[in-house]
Amino acid sequence: MKKSMNRMIAALMVFAVMTAALTGCKSKPKDADLKAAIETALLANPATSGAMVTVNEGVATLNGSVADETGKQAADRAAATIPGVKSVVNNLTVTPVNTAAPVVVAADDALTAAVKDATKDFPTVTATVSDGVVTLKGEIQKANLQKLMMVLQALKPKKVDNSQLVIK
Amino acid sequence: MALQEKYKELIETANTAGVSGLNIREQDGVLYIDGSTSGAVKQQLWDTYERLDPNYASGDLVMNINSVAGVTEGTKLKVTTNSSNLNIRKGPSTNDDIVGKAARNEVVTLVNKANDQWWLIKTDQGEEGYSYTQYLTPLA
Repeated sequence: MKKSMNRMIAALMVFAVMTAALTGCKSKPKDADLKAAIETALLANPATSGAMVTVNEGVATLNGSVADETGKQAADRAAATIPGVKSVVNNLTVTPVNTAAPVVVAADDALTAAVKDATKDFPTVTATVSDGVVTLKGEIQKANLQKLMMVLQALKPKKVDNSQLVIK
Repeated sequence: MALQEKYKELIETANTAGVSGLNIREQDGVLYIDGSTSGAVKQQLWDTYERLDPNYASGDLVMNINSVAGVTEGTKLKVTTNSSNLNIRKGPSTNDDIVGKAARNEVVTLVNKANDQWWLIKTDQGEEGYSYTQYLTPLA
């Protein structure tokens, strides 16, 4: 009785090991392959390219930072849609990146020359430039104000001060 | 952030109307808005700006919207000076000699763009030189 019991246990164990090995071979992609597939997907989208991923037993963990919530969710979806990924742990932080180019203010010499050209058609307006600030004096017809401001603000000034300009 | 609130309507208009390369940031109490778009949208943005800040009196916004970025060589341009003739110069600055003139409402051809302020143009009479873009309006 004891002997047959032992044989049965042994047989069960062999069966269990074989089942595990077979299913392992058949349907479980390697973590490294999953990681590579997720990384490719993340890099394909600029919004998610800042994310990093590790995979353990089919569970993908996202780390690092992305610029916005949309990127965070997109990274989550990108990882979850890879076949073989069981679940996604999303540890991404949202760090708004200041992607805006810095404000470029034209150098005074170039700005002065450009302002001179720009105001030539408005002889009643005088303009001076100091530290990037264009200061307007004199007077202008209201109908011409927008045109003048459009031109001056396109010259990359720090600001345009028309508080001393008389608008008629 | 207060300025973005003040010009909220302007920023929303820029976002929805389609401004490429739209760049909005605040620095030292001045809001800077840059981008490229059509002439019609530029006009719309400037009218909104004027409504939010009558006479542009606050000096807290510098809006640089380029509506001529898409204008290509060979485009016909109308001379839109206030009243006078348009000077055509040897080089791209008012320090350069005047080599010709184009009358108000005359149509000239864009040869190439030296920069956003000065374009090399050619008149129908064959005069060629640099003129100030402020006075040139692309014909649609």
